[in-house]
Amino acid sequence: MQYLVSVIDDKINPGSTDRRPAISVFNERLIAEGYWVFAGGLADTDAATVVDNRGEQAVFSDGPFVESKEYLAGVWVWEVPDLDVALKLAAEASKVCDRKIEVRPFL
Amino acid sequence: MSVIDVQSAITEAHHEEWARVVAALTKRFGDLDIAEEAAAEAFATAVERWPADGVPPNPGAWLTTTANRKAIDRIRRESKRDDKQREAQLLYDDDPPEPLGAIDDERLRLIFICCHPALAMETRVALTLRMVAGLTVPEIARAFLVQEAAMGQRITRAKAKIKAARIPYRVPSMEDLPTRLSGVLAVLFLVFNEGYLASGSDSDPVRHELTAEAIRLTRLIRALLPEDGEVAGLLALMLLTEARRTARVSASGELVTLDEQDRGAWDATLIAEGHQLVRERLAARVAPGRYQILAAINAVHTSARDVRDTDWSQVVALYDQLVRLDPSPIVALNRAIAVAELDGPEVALAIVDRLDHSLAGYHAYHATRADLLRRLGRSQNSRAAYDKAIELATNTAEIAYLTRRRNQLGQAVSPPA
Repeated sequence: MQYLVSVIDDKINPGSTDRRPAISVFNERLIAEGYWVFAGGLADTDAATVVDNRGEQAVFSDGPFVESKEYLAGVWVWEVPDLDVALKLAAEASKVCDRKIEVRPFL
Repeated sequence: MSVIDVQSAITEAHHEEWARVVAALTKRFGDLDIAEEAAAEAFATAVERWPADGVPPNPGAWLTTTANRKAIDRIRRESKRDDKQREAQLLYDDDPPEPLGAIDDERLRLIFICCHPALAMETRVALTLRMVAGLTVPEIARAFLVQEAAMGQRITRAKAKIKAARIPYRVPSMEDLPTRLSGVLAVLFLVFNEGYLASGSDSDPVRHELTAEAIRLTRLIRALLPEDGEVAGLLALMLLTEARRTARVSASGELVTLDEQDRGAWDATLIAEGHQLVRERLAARVAPGRYQILAAINAVHTSARDVRDTDWSQVVALYDQLVRLDPSPIVALNRAIAVAELDGPEVALAIVDRLDHSLAGYHAYHATRADLLRRLGRSQNSRAAYDKAIELATNTAEIAYLTRRRNQLGQAVSPPA
C-alpha cells in the first residue's frame, strides 16, 4: 500500500531550517527498512506556475493554484503494509522535519 | 413458544451476538460494510423466521451462518469478471468452524478499528454504536440529535476511509495498547456522559439507552481485557454514577444535587458491584489512572448513608491525586467543590476565581461560583453567576434547578423599600 506523505509548512510560523541532516538520517532508515519509494523537498510556492489548457489555448499563471498560510513544503511516497505503520512513521517524520505531516493513501 | 418469548430471544441474541457476527464477518470478508449489511439482514431474517420456525438451539451460530450466506450472496451479485478468483475462494471457505476464543478476539479488533485515532471523535462514537453495539442509524441519530441522513453519511464515510486508507483490522501491539485503549475508553465515557447529562432543549435530561449501551460495551471490554485497571475503573465509575440516575432528577424534571438526593433511591446492586471493582483495584496496588481515581471518589460518595457522613478529606485527597495526573481546570473546579466542604466556601471561591480564564464559557464553573457566593451571603454576585450558568447550560433538568435556586435567592434578599 502506497501513501503520499506531505510535509506542511506554515508561512507565519515556519518550522526550523536546520532539519536537513536529521531528514537524511531518517531517509536512510526508510530505505533500509524498505518503506522508501520517493522523497523530495519543494521550492517556494512563489516558484510555481499553473497551466490551464482546457480552453482554446494554454494559459500560464504565476504562483500556486491556491494561496494559503499553510503550504506543501515536500513530499514522500512510502510503501507500507497499512495506515498504522504509516502513522507511526509520520509521527517520527513530524519530529524530524519540525513540521506537520499529512498521510494520504494512493488509490 | 409465545410471541413475547421469541421477541425477547431476538432482543437477547441481538445484544449477545451482534458484535460477534459483525466481527467474524469483517475478518472473513475484510470489509466492514459487507459485514454490517449482512449482519443486519441476518437479524431481519431471524425476525421473520423465528416466530414460525422457533428459536434455533444455537442462535449465534444460526445468525453467523445466515449472515455469511447473505454476504456471499451480495459478493456474488456484485462480482465482476476479475473477481472470479475471489468468489472461488469464498466458495471453498463456507462456514469454517471458529473457536470461541478467536471470535472474542475478533470483537476486540472490531472495537479498536471503530475507535481508531485516524477517525474523528464523533465518527468513532457513531461507528462504535453501529458496529459494536448494533444500534440502528436512526437510533444513533436520535441519541445525538443529528439528522438521520447526516448520521448515515458519517458512518458511510468512516467505512470508506477505513477501506481507502487501509486502517488495519487488528488489536494494537502491546507497546501501543495503553494509548489505543485509552482512546476506546474515551469513546465509551463520551457515550455515557451524553446519556447522563444529555444536551438539547427537546431531549430528556437523562437518556438511559445511552448510559446502558456505554455500560454494556464497557462490560464487554472488561470481559475481553480483565486485567486492565482503567477498564475496571471506568466500569466502576459508570456503575456508581448510573446507580444514582433515578434519584438525580425529580418528578418535576429538575436536577437533584448529590447533597439533596434520596439516598434510599440509589440502586444498591449497582453500588455493590461498583464498590467491589474499586476494592479490586485498590488490592492490585498499581498506581491508579484517571478512571480509577474518579471511581474511588464516587465510591466515597456512595458509601455515605447521609451526605453529612461524607469523608470529604478522602475526596479532596483523591482529587489531589487526580490533579497530578490531569492538571486540567475542570478537575481543579471539581476539587474546589470538595474543598468547600472541607475548608469552607471562601477558600473554595478563591480557587474557583483563579480558573476564570479557562472556564468562563463552561456552565458548571458559573454554577459552582453561584453556589459558593450564595453560601457566603453575596446574593447579588451569586445572582449574576446563576444568570450566566443558566445561559450556558444545555441540560433541561439542570436549567430548571439553577433557575429555582436563582429565584430562591431573590426571596432571601430583603425587597427594596
